[in-house]
Amino acid sequence: MKLSALLFVIVSLLAAPLLSGWIVRVKALFAGRKGSPVLQPYHDLFRLLRKGAVYSKSTSPLFYIAPMVTLSALIAALCLLPLPGFGALLSFQADLILFAYLFALGRFFTILAALDTGSAFEGMGASREAFFSVFAELIFFLSLATLARFTNSLSLSSIFESHAAGVNYADSPALALLLVSLFAALLTENCRIPVDDPTTHLELTMIHEVMVLDHSGPDLAYILYGAALKLWIWSMFIALVIISSFPSPRWLQPVIAVAVLFLIATAVGVLESTLARLRLTAVPRMLMAAGALGLLSYIILG
Amino acid sequence: MTLPALFFFFALLLLLVSGIAAVACRARETAARRIGAVSTPLAGLMAAPAVVQGLFFAEPVFIDLPLSLPYGSFTLAVDALSAFFLLIIFTIASLAAIYGAEYLGREGAVTARGVSYFWFNLLVLGMTLVATAANGLLFIIAWEIMSLSAFFLVTFEGEKPQTQKAGLIYIIAAHIGVVFLFLLFWLFATNTGGSMDFTHFSRIILADQKTQSLLFLLSLIGFGAKAGFVPLHVWLPEAHPAAPSHVSALMSGVMIKMGLYGMLRTLSWLTMPLYWWGAVLVAVGLITGLLGVLYALAQHDLKRLLAYHSVENIGIMAIGLGLGVLGLNLHQNTLIVFGFGGCLLHVLNHSIFKSLLFMAAGAVKQELHTLEIDQLGGLRKRMPVTAAAFLIGAAAISGLPLLNGFVSELMIYFASFSAVVSMAKGVTALPLMSLLGLAAIGGLAVACFTKAVGVIFLGEGRTPAGAAAADPAASMRIPVVILAALCVVLGLAPILVLPLLKPVLAAVTPVTWETTNAELKKIAQPLIYLSLIAGIMAGVFMLLWRLRRRPLAVQGIQRSGTWDCGYLEPDSRMQYTASSFVQPVIDQTNWLLRTRTVKEMPQGYFPDTGKFVSHTPDLFIEKGYRPLFAAIAWLFHQLQWMQRGRISLYILYIAVALLALLFWFGGLR
Amino acid sequence: MQTLIDIVLLLVLLSDLYLLSSSRLGASIKVLAFQGVMLSLLPFLSTDMVRSPHAFVIAISSCAIKAILIPRLLSRAAREVHIGLEIDSYIPYGASLLAGMGVVLLSFWVARKFQLPVTVSSRLWIPVSLAAVMIGLLMLIIRKKAISQVIGYLAMENGIYVLGLSLAAQMPFLVELGVLLDIFAGVFIMGIILNHIKYYFDDLDVENLTVLKD
Repeated sequence: MKLSALLFVIVSLLAAPLLSGWIVRVKALFAGRKGSPVLQPYHDLFRLLRKGAVYSKSTSPLFYIAPMVTLSALIAALCLLPLPGFGALLSFQADLILFAYLFALGRFFTILAALDTGSAFEGMGASREAFFSVFAELIFFLSLATLARFTNSLSLSSIFESHAAGVNYADSPALALLLVSLFAALLTENCRIPVDDPTTHLELTMIHEVMVLDHSGPDLAYILYGAALKLWIWSMFIALVIISSFPSPRWLQPVIAVAVLFLIATAVGVLESTLARLRLTAVPRMLMAAGALGLLSYIILG
Repeated sequence: MTLPALFFFFALLLLLVSGIAAVACRARETAARRIGAVSTPLAGLMAAPAVVQGLFFAEPVFIDLPLSLPYGSFTLAVDALSAFFLLIIFTIASLAAIYGAEYLGREGAVTARGVSYFWFNLLVLGMTLVATAANGLLFIIAWEIMSLSAFFLVTFEGEKPQTQKAGLIYIIAAHIGVVFLFLLFWLFATNTGGSMDFTHFSRIILADQKTQSLLFLLSLIGFGAKAGFVPLHVWLPEAHPAAPSHVSALMSGVMIKMGLYGMLRTLSWLTMPLYWWGAVLVAVGLITGLLGVLYALAQHDLKRLLAYHSVENIGIMAIGLGLGVLGLNLHQNTLIVFGFGGCLLHVLNHSIFKSLLFMAAGAVKQELHTLEIDQLGGLRKRMPVTAAAFLIGAAAISGLPLLNGFVSELMIYFASFSAVVSMAKGVTALPLMSLLGLAAIGGLAVACFTKAVGVIFLGEGRTPAGAAAADPAASMRIPVVILAALCVVLGLAPILVLPLLKPVLAAVTPVTWETTNAELKKIAQPLIYLSLIAGIMAGVFMLLWRLRRRPLAVQGIQRSGTWDCGYLEPDSRMQYTASSFVQPVIDQTNWLLRTRTVKEMPQGYFPDTGKFVSHTPDLFIEKGYRPLFAAIAWLFHQLQWMQRGRISLYILYIAVALLALLFWFGGLR
Repeated sequence: MQTLIDIVLLLVLLSDLYLLSSSRLGASIKVLAFQGVMLSLLPFLSTDMVRSPHAFVIAISSCAIKAILIPRLLSRAAREVHIGLEIDSYIPYGASLLAGMGVVLLSFWVARKFQLPVTVSSRLWIPVSLAAVMIGLLMLIIRKKAISQVIGYLAMENGIYVLGLSLAAQMPFLVELGVLLDIFAGVFIMGIILNHIKYYFDDLDVENLTVLKD
C-alpha cells in the first residue's frame, strides 16, 4: 500500500510538467499552429537548472529562499494527496487542513519574494494574488467540508476511499456544482484564463507572472516546476472527486485518473483558446459565483 | 501554608515591593529600570513551584490570608486553569520587563520611568491575582488593579492628545465592563446564599435556565469588554499604539486574555450550557475575527494594525470557545476537547507571537520614530534580527504550518470539521460558517502580514530615515529572539503542548480525564505527522539548495537593478505602497469599512504635486459610540438648569434627596 | 427521472441567482426565458402527472407564455423606453449574491422545519420553489429600475408556479391557469406603468417616485 503511494509521489514528481506541456499543445492546435513538443517544459527546466542567476541589488536571501520553501511545501502537499484507489503516502486525521494550508505557506513566501524586489509591478501582482487566493481558499475549504460531510471522514485518503462505504452522490447534480466550483478555484490558483493569462507580455495585466519577473536560473526553474506541480495536484484533486463518486475496480482507478488529468488539461487549453480574460474587477464576481455554486452543492447534499 | 504557596505569596510581595522601590529611585532611573527588569522574572521563578503543582498535580495550591473580606475569605487558589494562565503571564511579562528596561531608557521623561515600572509590576500583580482569586470580591478588586495600572501604563506619554484620548476610551470601556462583572458576581452570590467564594459557585446547581443564561450574558459582556469582542473592541486600537511597546506586548499578549480566563472560569461553573450560548459565541467570534482582520488590512500604523489583529485572534479564540460550548450542550466530546483545547492553545500561541510582533514594532519605532507603514521599507538590511523575528511572528499569526499558530488553528478547524461531519442534517450551518470564517480570516491574515513584512522590511527604504537604523541592544533583542524560537519550537514539535492542555481541559470541562486523553490522542497523531512533514520539507529544501549550488557556482551570480519594465529612473518611492497592496480588498468591502479618501489629482501638462490620503475610522466608534455618547451628553446638558452656582440651592438638593430616600425606605418597610 | 428533476430545479434556482446578481438587462431577459423553458419541462418530468392531459396543457401554455411571450414583451418594452444595458441595484454584486445565498439557506431550512403535507418527486422541489419566490421578492426590494422590478416579479411568479405544481395532485388546475393569467395581467400593467414613468420623469429609476411624497 505504502509502496504504491511512494511510487505515485515519484511518478507525479516526474510527470507534472507534462500537463503544462499538454495545455500549450492544445492551445497551439486550436490556433492552427504545430506547437512546441509536449516535453518542452522539461527542456526549459533543465536549461534553467544549468544557468546562473541575476539578483536585484534590492533583494535579500528571502528572494531565493522563497521558491525553495514554496516548492517544498508543494511536495509536502503531494505526499498528502491520495493515489486514486490506494491512499496517500502520509494519511492522518485532519490532513486536509494541512493540505490546504501548505498552499497558503507557499503563497506567503511567493508574495514576500515579489515584494522583496521593491518593484511596483511585482507589488501589484502580489496584491492581486493575495486577494484572489482568499476566494480560492474559501472555495477549497467549502468543497472539503462537503466531501468530509458526505463521506463522514476527516482525512483525504478515507474521503476518497469512501465509495466502498456506500456513499454515493454521483447521481445528484450536487457533484456537478462541486466540480464547477473546484474548477474555477483551479483556474484561479493556477493563474489560468479567465483569471490570469500565463502568456501575457504586459506587466500591468499580469498577476502571477509579474511576481516572478526578477527570478532567473535555478530559482525560476523551481518556480516553473512548482507551478506545474500545483496544477498537477489540483487536477488530481478534481480527478479524485470524480473517481470516488463512481464505482470502479481499484486497479482501474489510477488509469482513469490519468485520463481525467488530461481531460482537465485539455479543458483548460480549450478554455484558454476560446475565452477572453475577465476584467480584473470582474474576477471576484466570477469567484463569488463559483463559491455560491459550492455552497449550493453543500446545501443540497446537507 | 505549603511551601509553593509561601513562595507564591512572596512572589506577589516582591512585585509590589520592587515596584515601590522603582518609584523610590526617582531620578536614578537606571537603577529603577534594573529593578523593574529583574523583579518580574524573579517573581516568575518564585511562582514556578505553585504553577507546576497546579498544572501537573491534581491538588491546587491554596493561599489563605488572614484578611477578612465581606462575602467570603481572602483566598488565592492555583488550579490547572490558573496555572496555565500564570505560565503565560509570567513568561511574557518577564520578557517584556527585560525588553522594557532598554526600551524605556529612550522614551519619555526620566522620572516617569520608575513610575512606569511601578505600574508595570502592579499590572503583573493584578493579572496574577485575577488568575488566582478564589473569591468574587477579590476578583473584582484584582480586576480593577489590573485595569487601572494598565490605564497608567497607556498614558505614559500623557502630554500627547492622542494618548489622552486613548486613555479615556480605555478607562470608559474597562469600567463599563466592570459594571457587568459586579452584576455577575452579585447574581452568583444571591444564588449561593451570600457567599462569593468560588468554591460555592461550583457547588451550586442552578436549575433555573433563565438565571443561567443571564449569568452567561453578563460574563459575555463583562469579560468581552476586556477581551475585545466586537463591538466592545474599540479601546484596543486606541490603547495599544499609545502605550510603550513592551506594555502593548503585555496588554495585547496577556491582559486581553484575562477576559477569556474569566469566561472559561464562569463556564466551568455553569454546568448546563444551552445551545444558543455556543451559537452566540461562535457568531461573536466570527464577526470579531472577520472585522478585526478587515480593519487590520485598512490600517496605516503598524501598532494599530497589530491591535486589530489582536481583535481578530480573540475572535478565533471565541470561535473555539463557542464550539466547545456547543459540544457541552450536545455531549460531543470531540467538540468539547478541541473547541476548548484550541481556544486555550491559541491563547498561549497568540501571547507568544503577538508580544513578539509588538516588541519588534517597538524596535522599529525607536530607530525610525514612526510606525507609518508607508514611510518604512527595506529595514531587513539594517535590522536583520528584528526582520527575521518579525517574519516568523507574521507567519505564525497567519496560521501557517510549521509554526505554532497553525497548531491551535488546526484544533479549532478540527472541531469545526468534526461538527460539520457529525451534526444532524440541516443544522450544520454554524460549524460550516465557523469553518469558512476561519478560512477567510486565514487568507486575509496572509494578505495583511505579507503587506506588513513586505512593505516594512523588504524592498528599499522609502525615506532616508532608515539609513542609520540598526538592530536594538541585546536586552531588547534577546526577548524577541526567545519568542521567535518559541514560535518555531512549538510549531515543529507541537506534541510538547499536549501535557499542558490535558489538566486544564480536565479542570474546565466536565469531561473525564480518560475521555480527554482519548480525544487528545486523535490530535496527537496529526501533530506527530506535522513534525514529520516538517522533516520532509526540510529534506526537500536541503536537496533543492544543493541542486542550485552547482550551476550558481559555475555560472556565477550577477547583481543588477530590479527589472523596471523599461523605466529609466526608478526611485525607492515608486515601490508599491501598503495602501495600494490592500486596495483590492478594501474596494470590495468598502460598503462595510467606509474608507475615506482625500484625493487631489495632479493637474496640467506638467503636473507637480498631487495628494492622496485614506483613512479608515472604526465604524463602531463613528456610528455607534459617538452618537450614543453625544446623546448622553445632550441629555445631561438638559439638566444644566439645576446648576445655578448657589451653595444654598445645592444644600437644598441634598436635603431633598435625603428626604426622598428616607421616604422611599420608610415606604418599603 | 429524479436526477433529471433535480437538475431542472437546480437550473431554475441558478437562473434565479443569476437574475438576482446580474447587471445586464438583455441577458436577464434571456435567462428569464430559459427559466420559462425549464419550468415547462417540470410537469413532464413529475411522475405523478405525466399521464394526465392537464400536464400537456400546463406545460405548453406555460412554455408559450413564460418562455416566449413575456420575454418578447419585456425586450420590446426595454427597446421602446430606451433602457440601457446596465441594471441599477441598491447593493453591490457580492452583497446581493450573498443575500441570495442567505435566502437559499433560509428556504432549505424552512422546508425542513415545516414539512409541507405534500408529496413531491424531489426533495429539492419545495425549497427551490420557496427560494425562487423569496429571491424574486428580494429583487423587488433591491432593484431601482421598474423594468428589473418586473423581472423580479416574474421570477417570484415562477417560484409560485413551481410551488403550485407540487400541489397539482391535490389542487385543480384552474388555480394554475389563474396564476398564468395573473402574470399576464401583471406584465400588462407594469408595461403601462413603465410607459407612464418614462413619460413623466424621462427615466425609469423608481427613485424618482420619492418626489411624489408629501
